[in-house]
Amino acid sequence: MATERLVRASGIRPDEFTVGVFARRHRYHPLEALPWVVALAAVIVFPDYLPLGSQILATILFALSADLVLGYAGIVTLGHAAFFGTGAYTAGILAANGWGEPLTGLLAGALAAGLVGFLSGLVVLRTTGLPLLMQTLVVATLLHEAANKASSITGGDDGLQGMEVWPIFGIFRFDLFGRTAYAYCLVVLFVCWWLARRLVHSPFGRSLTGIRENVRRMHAIGAPVVHRRLVIYTVSAALAGISGALIAQTTQFVGLTSLSLDRSGTVLIMLIIGGVGQLYGAFIGVPLYMVAQDRFSEIDPVYWYFWIGLLMVVVVVFARGGVLGLFDRFRR
Amino acid sequence: MNTPALETRGLYKSFGALTVANAVDFRLDLGARHALIGPNGAGKTTFVELVTGALRPNAGQIRLDGADVTSLPQAARVKRGLVRTFQITALFRRLSVLENVTLPICERQGIAGDLFHPAGHHRAAIEEAHALLERLGLDDEALRPVYLLAYGRQRLVEIAVSLALSPKVLLLDEPAAGVPSGESGMIIEAIERLPQDIALLIIEHDMDLVFRVAQRITVLVQGSVLVEGSPEAIAADREVRRVYLGERAPA
Amino acid sequence: MTDALSAAVSILFHGTALAMVLYLISVGLSVTMGLMGFVNLAHGVFAMLGGYIVTSLIGRLGVPFVIALAAATVATALASVVVERLLYRRLYSADDLDHVLLTMGLIFMSVAGATYFWGPLAQPMHPPPWLSGTINLGFRSFPGYRSFLILCGAGLVTALWLGLERTQFGIRIRAAVDNLRMAQSVGVNTSCLFTLTFALGSGLAGLGGALGADLLAIEPTYALENLVYFLIVVAVGGLGSIRGPFVAALVIGIADTGFKYLLPELGAFFIYALTMVILLWRPSGLFGRAA
Repeated sequence: MATERLVRASGIRPDEFTVGVFARRHRYHPLEALPWVVALAAVIVFPDYLPLGSQILATILFALSADLVLGYAGIVTLGHAAFFGTGAYTAGILAANGWGEPLTGLLAGALAAGLVGFLSGLVVLRTTGLPLLMQTLVVATLLHEAANKASSITGGDDGLQGMEVWPIFGIFRFDLFGRTAYAYCLVVLFVCWWLARRLVHSPFGRSLTGIRENVRRMHAIGAPVVHRRLVIYTVSAALAGISGALIAQTTQFVGLTSLSLDRSGTVLIMLIIGGVGQLYGAFIGVPLYMVAQDRFSEIDPVYWYFWIGLLMVVVVVFARGGVLGLFDRFRR
Repeated sequence: MNTPALETRGLYKSFGALTVANAVDFRLDLGARHALIGPNGAGKTTFVELVTGALRPNAGQIRLDGADVTSLPQAARVKRGLVRTFQITALFRRLSVLENVTLPICERQGIAGDLFHPAGHHRAAIEEAHALLERLGLDDEALRPVYLLAYGRQRLVEIAVSLALSPKVLLLDEPAAGVPSGESGMIIEAIERLPQDIALLIIEHDMDLVFRVAQRITVLVQGSVLVEGSPEAIAADREVRRVYLGERAPA
Repeated sequence: MTDALSAAVSILFHGTALAMVLYLISVGLSVTMGLMGFVNLAHGVFAMLGGYIVTSLIGRLGVPFVIALAAATVATALASVVVERLLYRRLYSADDLDHVLLTMGLIFMSVAGATYFWGPLAQPMHPPPWLSGTINLGFRSFPGYRSFLILCGAGLVTALWLGLERTQFGIRIRAAVDNLRMAQSVGVNTSCLFTLTFALGSGLAGLGGALGADLLAIEPTYALENLVYFLIVVAVGGLGSIRGPFVAALVIGIADTGFKYLLPELGAFFIYALTMVILLWRPSGLFGRAA
């Protein structure tokens, strides 16, 4: 093989080469700067679309959190909106009742969602397959109903009104053009992405892929599987909560759709389009889906539903790895 | 008498009316090369599941290095050095060979829960994994996803994964199962080259393998021990021949 | 009859009618999920299709009721065979996630398709004259159609259970659900079995959707609206079980009717809470097998 000859010529022993390659997997690749370059360029190229841009950035974070659970740990959930909604309503209720400081609101959203994730995880993660799917669905539906009934706090069907979000650090007001919101979402996404990336490349993250690939084998090598799944489920919930809080704070509104099956389902769609379990699927799938939805769903909702449905069928049957998977196949 | 590496006393398991393990007394000494044979449905894999903790016995005791482990969960027994392989390859399919072996090493060393450092930071673990692959002749495919390997090589990776856990007692469940006859040679070689201080129990149907490797053989029939003894004694035993009905053991 | 007793009888009656519909639709889902390990979220689409066919045949073409029902059942079963052969068959060994996404895509397409062909409004269901009216049992009178639903449902369920116990086909299904490998090794043609079982389950769903058209409104978003209910019946009853979903359907049907009648402010909350509690106690469902 060409690599073998290269290795021998360079004087490195083949085993050092292999170990070296393996040990360097976490190093940054120049291509990884691309999403951030694009995000910054968008400010100049699409200055009128910054509000949509903020939504996209926050949704990327939501999809990223779902990818941790879905793509890395292999936990199929139809109730991830539960954590998004918890974060959204927490930040929203705080801002509507006198505490509009954004960063602490974000933190509160993360903690609340993380707690819901931890408690539901204790229950839900004891099984796999359909019972697990059902339980995640039921948890999200329960929260949805609860939010609906507690309309004095949550605003019920009409949504949470009267949110007042203070300027960030007391200086940066949320302006009408959405510039502050965009920068806010971008920075938060960056920090969370960095944390997620670190986690994914850690020994813990690697063991998650083991759990995804073969749970039986993980048990047989003495890994505390339930414990690991609970940790990632909680972390993922907290990140989803942050994304919910971001959307609440930047749109100054929280509605029941933040807890809906629709939201849990569309995040799966966005991930499969981009590619599951490769960290960057969210960065590709979310903008593609949301821009397309922005353009086309107004023209004719019926057609939108049809083509999205067809796209999903086609992707699952022919292009299971999503856009990232197609790139991989192209490279080989 | 020395403390056996692994011992079961009166191990009993039934599923309703079906008894799969009937008061099994079994003893595996340190450094032993022991084989467990028997016709299909004799309960050999069930025995492995009971011993490793994947199944709970209805009655009886399991002792590892003299200590009672009957109520310990599977992961705890693994930590004490009781390791098994699977009859149908159970590997991390889409992960590389090297990763398949690095994961159990990280578990053993207790670093698998590390959330903060990149996995490459723990270089010693990776090097140990690679060295293990070299010993088994798998290092040239170290970075390939495991599902792309020939099935016989996958069975070797299965053995590598078990060795990565530094076992004191190793249970190999049909290591040559499903391996094309051209590739089974490397499995036998790998087994022969296993460290002498590991106590080895092999479950097998392949009599060539059994008679080459085993120093003692236990015959299990319908959940009960029929007879136990040296390979020569077992080969000559009339009951064993009858039970196998035409299965011939090399003289 | 006292008010409370009358209310209780009403709840039991209407709840049982709903339970029959839920069971007829969900039993196919339970068996195919248990048999093929395929998470088919789009099962409701077949129920919807049955409902649309029946309401169109009766409403627009004036076809007699029983013939329309039979046509709906057969057409749905045939449609399901097409879907199974073309799509589902390729993905039996794929991940749960693949199944979820594929079937979600099918649901979306069905919503669009139904809106395109029949418009966004719910299809009106007119029971035939010989079933309208009431049945007077002396102490109370009961709506005719709902009574028919219960009797018909009971009859179908009995036929189904007998069929599964006594016929070769039924025995093969049960064996395969129990242990697929073993069934294959004794010569059961599992590929053929899957298709036939799927057709049977989907046909029943079509029939259930058609019969229950006034309980579960036939509209484009049918499969989405009722998805959670079908899944709950299967999850609570136990995957692969045939009796389990019947018990689950009765519990869900009666409880849902009861709560909506007695405590409408709480809505479906109790059903979900009840489901959660049952799944906590028995993760594999009331009659399911532990993984």
